[in-house]
Amino acid sequence: MKFRHPLANALNHGAAGGGVGHWWAQRLSAMLLIVLTIWSVYAISVVVGSDYATARAWLAQPIHAGLAALFVIAALYHATLGLQVIIEDYIHQRALEMGLLVTIKLAAAITAVVVVFSMFAIASGV
Amino acid sequence: MATQQRPLSPHLQIYRPQLTSVLSISHRITGVLLSAGIVPVVVWLVALSQGAEAYAGVMALFSHPVAIVFWVAWSFALFYHFCNGIRHLLWDAGLFLDLRGAYITGWTVVALAGVLTALAWGVWS
Repeated sequence: MKFRHPLANALNHGAAGGGVGHWWAQRLSAMLLIVLTIWSVYAISVVVGSDYATARAWLAQPIHAGLAALFVIAALYHATLGLQVIIEDYIHQRALEMGLLVTIKLAAAITAVVVVFSMFAIASGV
Repeated sequence: MATQQRPLSPHLQIYRPQLTSVLSISHRITGVLLSAGIVPVVVWLVALSQGAEAYAGVMALFSHPVAIVFWVAWSFALFYHFCNGIRHLLWDAGLFLDLRGAYITGWTVVALAGVLTALAWGVWS
Protein backbone atom coordinates (compact mmCIF):
# COMPACT_ATOMS: atom_id res chain seq x y z
CA MET A 1 0.00 0.00 0.00
CA LYS A 2 1.38 3.35 -1.05
CA PHE A 3 0.41 6.40 0.96
CA ARG A 4 2.52 8.77 -1.10
CA HIS A 5 0.46 11.13 -3.26
CA PRO A 6 1.25 10.69 -7.02
CA LEU A 7 1.98 14.42 -7.23
CA ALA A 8 4.84 14.04 -4.75
CA ASN A 9 6.52 11.61 -7.14
CA ALA A 10 6.12 14.01 -10.03
CA LEU A 11 7.24 17.27 -8.39
CA ASN A 12 10.91 18.27 -8.35
CA HIS A 13 11.97 15.26 -10.38
CA GLY A 14 12.08 16.92 -13.78
CA ALA A 15 15.24 17.16 -15.88
CA ALA A 16 16.37 20.40 -14.26
CA GLY A 17 13.19 22.16 -13.15
CA GLY A 18 13.98 25.39 -14.98
CA GLY A 19 13.25 24.78 -18.64
CA VAL A 20 10.32 27.13 -19.14
CA GLY A 21 12.28 30.32 -18.45
CA HIS A 22 15.00 29.24 -20.86
CA TRP A 23 12.40 28.41 -23.54
CA TRP A 24 10.75 31.83 -23.25
CA ALA A 25 14.07 33.70 -23.17
CA GLN A 26 15.14 31.95 -26.38
CA ARG A 27 11.85 32.82 -28.16
CA LEU A 28 11.70 36.44 -26.97
CA SER A 29 15.35 37.08 -27.92
CA ALA A 30 14.57 35.45 -31.30
CA MET A 31 11.70 37.90 -31.88
CA LEU A 32 13.89 40.85 -30.91
CA LEU A 33 16.58 39.55 -33.29
CA ILE A 34 14.12 39.47 -36.22
CA VAL A 35 13.96 43.27 -36.05
CA LEU A 36 17.66 43.74 -35.25
CA THR A 37 18.80 41.38 -38.04
CA ILE A 38 16.83 43.41 -40.60
CA TRP A 39 18.57 46.53 -39.24
CA SER A 40 21.99 44.80 -39.43
CA VAL A 41 21.50 43.83 -43.09
CA TYR A 42 20.61 47.48 -43.79
CA ALA A 43 23.63 48.66 -41.74
CA ILE A 44 26.00 46.39 -43.69
CA SER A 45 24.56 47.78 -46.95
CA VAL A 46 25.35 51.32 -45.74
CA VAL A 47 28.91 50.73 -44.47
CA VAL A 48 30.14 48.05 -46.92
CA GLY A 49 31.09 50.44 -49.71
CA SER A 50 32.06 53.46 -47.60
CA ASP A 51 35.45 54.54 -46.26
CA TYR A 52 36.49 54.73 -42.59
CA ALA A 53 35.23 58.26 -41.91
CA THR A 54 31.81 57.66 -43.52
CA ALA A 55 31.29 54.29 -41.81
CA ARG A 56 32.29 55.72 -38.44
CA ALA A 57 30.14 58.83 -38.83
CA TRP A 58 27.11 56.71 -39.70
CA LEU A 59 27.56 54.33 -36.75
CA ALA A 60 28.30 57.29 -34.44
CA GLN A 61 24.64 58.37 -34.70
CA PRO A 62 23.13 57.44 -31.30
CA ILE A 63 20.31 55.37 -32.82
CA HIS A 64 22.71 53.25 -34.90
CA ALA A 65 25.38 52.96 -32.18
CA GLY A 66 22.65 51.82 -29.81
CA LEU A 67 21.12 49.37 -32.27
CA ALA A 68 24.57 47.91 -33.08
CA ALA A 69 25.27 47.32 -29.36
CA LEU A 70 21.77 45.90 -28.85
CA PHE A 71 22.12 43.62 -31.90
CA VAL A 72 25.40 42.10 -30.68
CA ILE A 73 24.18 41.75 -27.08
CA ALA A 74 20.87 40.14 -28.16
CA ALA A 75 22.82 37.82 -30.51
CA LEU A 76 25.25 36.88 -27.69
CA TYR A 77 22.34 36.17 -25.34
CA HIS A 78 20.45 34.10 -27.93
CA ALA A 79 23.67 32.28 -28.92
CA THR A 80 24.47 31.44 -25.28
CA LEU A 81 20.97 29.98 -24.77
CA GLY A 82 21.24 27.93 -27.97
CA LEU A 83 24.81 26.71 -27.36
CA GLN A 84 23.79 25.72 -23.82
CA VAL A 85 21.12 23.34 -25.17
CA ILE A 86 23.53 21.87 -27.73
CA ILE A 87 26.22 21.31 -25.08
CA GLU A 88 23.70 19.73 -22.70
CA ASP A 89 22.45 17.46 -25.50
CA TYR A 90 25.76 16.20 -26.87
CA ILE A 91 28.38 16.45 -24.09
CA HIS A 92 27.92 13.52 -21.72
CA GLN A 93 31.00 14.05 -19.60
CA ARG A 94 29.83 16.18 -16.66
CA ALA A 95 33.10 18.07 -16.01
CA LEU A 96 33.58 19.01 -19.69
CA GLU A 97 29.90 19.98 -19.95
CA MET A 98 30.11 22.32 -16.95
CA GLY A 99 33.41 23.74 -18.18
CA LEU A 100 31.97 24.55 -21.60
CA LEU A 101 28.80 26.06 -20.10
CA VAL A 102 30.84 28.39 -17.90
CA THR A 103 33.19 29.23 -20.80
CA ILE A 104 30.44 30.30 -23.25
CA LYS A 105 28.73 32.43 -20.57
CA LEU A 106 31.98 34.16 -19.60
CA ALA A 107 32.96 34.67 -23.26
CA ALA A 108 29.53 36.19 -24.01
CA ALA A 109 29.74 38.51 -20.99
CA ILE A 110 33.25 39.71 -21.90
CA THR A 111 32.29 40.23 -25.56
CA ALA A 112 29.21 42.23 -24.50
CA VAL A 113 31.40 44.56 -22.40
CA VAL A 114 33.86 45.01 -25.29
CA VAL A 115 31.02 45.92 -27.67
CA VAL A 116 29.42 48.40 -25.27
CA PHE A 117 32.76 50.18 -24.76
CA SER A 118 33.47 50.23 -28.51
CA MET A 119 30.06 51.61 -29.43
CA PHE A 120 30.32 54.23 -26.67
CA ALA A 121 33.73 55.26 -28.03
CA ILE A 122 32.36 55.49 -31.59
CA ALA A 123 29.22 57.39 -30.53
CA SER A 124 31.16 59.89 -28.38
CA GLY A 125 33.96 60.37 -30.92
CA VAL A 126 36.74 59.23 -28.53
CA MET B 1 16.68 -1.01 -13.70
CA ALA B 2 14.30 -2.40 -16.29
CA THR B 3 15.96 -4.90 -18.61
CA GLN B 4 13.11 -5.22 -21.10
CA GLN B 5 13.77 -4.48 -24.76
CA ARG B 6 13.13 -0.81 -25.42
CA PRO B 7 12.78 0.80 -28.87
CA LEU B 8 16.08 2.21 -30.11
CA SER B 9 16.61 5.64 -31.62
CA PRO B 10 17.07 5.60 -35.39
CA HIS B 11 20.71 4.86 -36.29
CA LEU B 12 21.83 7.83 -38.35
CA GLN B 13 24.21 5.74 -40.51
CA ILE B 14 21.34 3.73 -42.04
CA TYR B 15 18.53 6.26 -41.64
CA ARG B 16 17.41 7.99 -44.83
CA PRO B 17 17.53 11.78 -44.30
CA GLN B 18 14.30 13.72 -44.78
CA LEU B 19 13.90 17.44 -45.41
CA THR B 20 12.51 17.90 -41.89
CA SER B 21 15.44 16.25 -40.09
CA VAL B 22 18.06 17.89 -42.35
CA LEU B 23 16.57 21.37 -41.75
CA SER B 24 16.38 20.66 -38.01
CA ILE B 25 20.07 19.79 -37.64
CA SER B 26 20.95 22.62 -40.06
CA HIS B 27 19.27 25.06 -37.66
CA ARG B 28 21.65 23.90 -34.91
CA ILE B 29 24.72 23.90 -37.17
CA THR B 30 24.01 27.42 -38.51
CA GLY B 31 23.33 28.51 -34.92
CA VAL B 32 26.80 27.33 -33.84
CA LEU B 33 28.41 28.97 -36.91
CA LEU B 34 26.60 32.26 -36.24
CA SER B 35 27.66 32.15 -32.57
CA ALA B 36 31.29 32.00 -33.75
CA GLY B 37 30.44 34.54 -36.46
CA ILE B 38 29.72 37.19 -33.80
CA VAL B 39 33.50 37.39 -33.16
CA PRO B 40 34.54 38.93 -36.55
CA VAL B 41 31.62 41.38 -36.31
CA VAL B 42 32.88 42.50 -32.90
CA VAL B 43 36.46 42.68 -34.26
CA TRP B 44 35.17 44.99 -37.02
CA LEU B 45 33.34 47.24 -34.50
CA VAL B 46 36.39 47.40 -32.23
CA ALA B 47 38.62 48.29 -35.20
CA LEU B 48 36.18 51.05 -36.19
CA SER B 49 36.45 52.47 -32.68
CA GLN B 50 40.27 52.30 -32.68
CA GLY B 51 40.98 54.59 -35.64
CA ALA B 52 41.68 54.59 -39.38
CA GLU B 53 44.88 52.52 -39.16
CA ALA B 54 43.34 49.64 -37.18
CA TYR B 55 40.30 49.76 -39.47
CA ALA B 56 42.42 49.55 -42.64
CA GLY B 57 44.25 46.50 -41.25
CA VAL B 58 41.05 44.65 -40.39
CA MET B 59 39.43 45.57 -43.72
CA ALA B 60 42.46 44.23 -45.64
CA LEU B 61 41.99 40.91 -43.83
CA PHE B 62 38.19 40.88 -44.12
CA SER B 63 38.14 41.63 -47.87
CA HIS B 64 40.61 38.85 -48.74
CA PRO B 65 39.05 36.32 -51.19
CA VAL B 66 39.14 33.59 -48.51
CA ALA B 67 37.36 35.96 -46.12
CA ILE B 68 34.72 36.70 -48.77
CA VAL B 69 33.94 32.97 -48.97
CA PHE B 70 33.52 33.04 -45.18
CA TRP B 71 31.21 36.10 -45.37
CA VAL B 72 29.03 34.45 -48.03
CA ALA B 73 28.70 31.38 -45.77
CA TRP B 74 28.10 33.71 -42.81
CA SER B 75 25.28 35.53 -44.64
CA PHE B 76 23.66 32.31 -45.86
CA ALA B 77 23.77 30.91 -42.30
CA LEU B 78 22.23 34.18 -41.06
CA PHE B 79 19.38 34.17 -43.59
CA TYR B 80 18.75 30.45 -43.14
CA HIS B 81 18.65 30.66 -39.33
CA PHE B 82 16.52 33.84 -39.62
CA CYS B 83 13.91 32.17 -41.89
CA ASN B 84 13.92 28.80 -40.13
CA GLY B 85 13.75 30.59 -36.76
CA ILE B 86 10.54 32.30 -37.90
CA ARG B 87 9.31 28.83 -39.01
CA HIS B 88 9.96 27.58 -35.46
CA LEU B 89 8.12 30.58 -33.98
CA LEU B 90 5.13 29.82 -36.25
CA TRP B 91 5.18 26.22 -34.98
CA ASP B 92 5.32 27.53 -31.40
CA ALA B 93 2.17 29.53 -32.23
CA GLY B 94 0.52 26.27 -33.33
CA LEU B 95 0.68 26.94 -37.08
CA PHE B 96 1.83 24.58 -39.88
CA LEU B 97 2.22 21.68 -37.44
CA ASP B 98 1.01 18.99 -39.86
CA LEU B 99 3.35 17.10 -42.22
CA ARG B 100 2.21 19.11 -45.25
CA GLY B 101 2.81 22.41 -43.43
CA ALA B 102 6.25 21.27 -42.27
CA TYR B 103 7.28 20.47 -45.85
CA ILE B 104 5.77 23.60 -47.46
CA THR B 105 7.40 25.93 -44.90
CA GLY B 106 10.62 23.87 -45.08
CA TRP B 107 11.07 24.32 -48.83
CA THR B 108 10.03 27.97 -48.47
CA VAL B 109 12.82 28.49 -45.93
CA VAL B 110 15.42 26.86 -48.24
CA ALA B 111 14.32 28.99 -51.22
CA LEU B 112 14.08 32.24 -49.20
CA ALA B 113 17.52 31.76 -47.61
CA GLY B 114 19.06 31.35 -51.07
CA VAL B 115 17.17 34.30 -52.58
CA LEU B 116 17.95 36.62 -49.64
CA THR B 117 21.66 35.68 -49.76
CA ALA B 118 21.76 36.44 -53.51
CA LEU B 119 19.84 39.72 -53.06
CA ALA B 120 22.08 40.84 -50.19
CA TRP B 121 25.25 40.21 -52.19
CA GLY B 122 23.72 42.07 -55.11
CA VAL B 123 23.59 45.10 -52.80
CA TRP B 124 26.77 44.44 -50.80
CA SER B 125 29.22 43.77 -53.66
